[in-house]
Amino acid sequence: MIRTQSLTYAYPAEKEIFFNDLDVASGEQILLLGESGSGKTTLLHLLGGLLKSQHGSIEVNGTDLTKLSESELDRFRGKHYGFIFQRNHLMTALTVEQNLLMAPFLAGLRQSQERVEEVLEHLGVIEKRKSRIQDLSLGQAQRVAIARAVLNKPSVLLADEPTSALDDKNCDRVSDLLLSAALQNQATLIIATHDQRLKRKIHNLIQL
Amino acid sequence: MNLIKLVYGYLRSRPLNTLLNILLLALGIAMITILLLFNKQLKQKISDNTKGIDLVVGAKGSPLQLILCNIFHIDFPTGNIKLTAADQLAKHRLVKNAIPMALGDSYQNFRIVGTNHAYAELYKAELAAGAWWSADFEVVIGSSVAESLSLILGSTFESAHGLSTDGHAHEESPFIVKGILKRTNSVLDNLILTNVSSIWKVHEEPGEGPRAGDSTHHTSVLVPSVSLSDSTREITSLLMKYRNPIAAIQLPRYINTQTNMQAASPSFEAARLFSILGVGMDALTAFAYVLIFISALSIFLALYNSLKERKYDLAIMRSMGASRLKLVMATQLEGVTLTVMGSLFGIGLGHGVLYLFSVWVEESQKAGISAAVFYPEEGYLLAGSFVLGILCSLIPSFQAYRTDIHKILAGN
Repeated sequence: MIRTQSLTYAYPAEKEIFFNDLDVASGEQILLLGESGSGKTTLLHLLGGLLKSQHGSIEVNGTDLTKLSESELDRFRGKHYGFIFQRNHLMTALTVEQNLLMAPFLAGLRQSQERVEEVLEHLGVIEKRKSRIQDLSLGQAQRVAIARAVLNKPSVLLADEPTSALDDKNCDRVSDLLLSAALQNQATLIIATHDQRLKRKIHNLIQL
Repeated sequence: MNLIKLVYGYLRSRPLNTLLNILLLALGIAMITILLLFNKQLKQKISDNTKGIDLVVGAKGSPLQLILCNIFHIDFPTGNIKLTAADQLAKHRLVKNAIPMALGDSYQNFRIVGTNHAYAELYKAELAAGAWWSADFEVVIGSSVAESLSLILGSTFESAHGLSTDGHAHEESPFIVKGILKRTNSVLDNLILTNVSSIWKVHEEPGEGPRAGDSTHHTSVLVPSVSLSDSTREITSLLMKYRNPIAAIQLPRYINTQTNMQAASPSFEAARLFSILGVGMDALTAFAYVLIFISALSIFLALYNSLKERKYDLAIMRSMGASRLKLVMATQLEGVTLTVMGSLFGIGLGHGVLYLFSVWVEESQKAGISAAVFYPEEGYLLAGSFVLGILCSLIPSFQAYRTDIHKILAGN
């Protein structure tokens, strides 16, 4: 479902980074491990179509991302991906519910209250539905961010350091929720991290 | 979720900033609205009130004062002219008709004008009740006079000497209300009309009076009750209409050089008055535009800064499938919402202030300035503020367009 071939990327005035070819099956859960600077965020962004690759090909669900135009890539992201970052990047001007509904709105999909409730329920933050983002704790905010990422039932979930900012207890809960959310939505999950705690949960490792 | 809710969320997340920007623009727009309403209505009133009057002839002095006093009834008379001299002018071959005006008395700040029925016809006045005056001391009052003084048919009152309330009362000769006019939206609404001889009689010392039997052959054209040879009678002015266009060239020059009276053209003096007022209006308009410019700058800065704070929002929105165009539209919508709201609020504020002005300031009531009038220019103001919103958000929306998602999202 995700396949890369001879993928390389070079930042301006820096050495080119070579990535080993990837072949990830649908529903697989993979950990991209590496120290900071090893290029795991770059790879994740390349896979997510957030960064245009310079060489090689990236095939996701049968589409070669490198051949898509900017606006085609926007639409593709909306339909197939859910992103989770180290910081939750929730929109503070909006409520929890509005933040979640941004996902189908921006992807051009139907906006469903039931789906919002279902996802929040599953992630245990249903009582925060009408809250403002400022009123959430760090763990709650990260769970809302996960809810937003899985709301459209994406086929690929990409997470960049989702647990690095959390203490052990929250790391445990958030990673469990992330895994179960991915399973429940039948999404392929790729987590880029240097957080060794996650090795206990995901055994499919790619070391960069 | 939609763009409007998103923009509303953003505006509400910075309430003070949003309020300040809307208020600042509203102030500028309100000023322009007030000036627009004031200017337009004043011009309209002036042209309505001078309709049918080509020339005003009165005692020498300021021509503007002559016009203000005899047409708009806001300044004091320049003096009196002899009825005999006025009569001669009225019979001039270039004069189509002439209306005598005798001013000097008032009742509760409303002026009493000694004239003839032709004066009321100038403004196409119709009676709402009663009849026209036919004898001395009978008056017909304007609708505003009737309203504010609660006068009805048959009411009597004593006039005061002078044009303000503190003049001494002429207690011995009461006026009686014979007729009440329908509203004309002209100066007539604020006037008390009677015949010329009533004004004279009010001011006569006991014993003095028309010298009966002086001459019964010829009577005055302007005031038929008076003998032509009676050289003691005076009036304040004559309102004239030309017989033909040549009169416009010859008559004023003849009067100003060959007689000891002066002639003034209402349209010319009104234009002169406007050019004097115009300087002040221009200054105020310029100030209003400065306010609008500053508010535009403030809106631009607010958008520019908030877009910096929102770079993560923009990047995350792109990651969720938003196109560049959608981000541009959201930014533009935010700018346009601010300016259009400011402008709507400003137009409302302008009308509101003018309404309070018309309620509290008596002079504006007399001038007939109304707040409940809308002009197409206010539509232009709205359209202009829409364009202003787009201009203010041009650079910020370009920023949004250029959002580098990878750089922002990788920069933890």
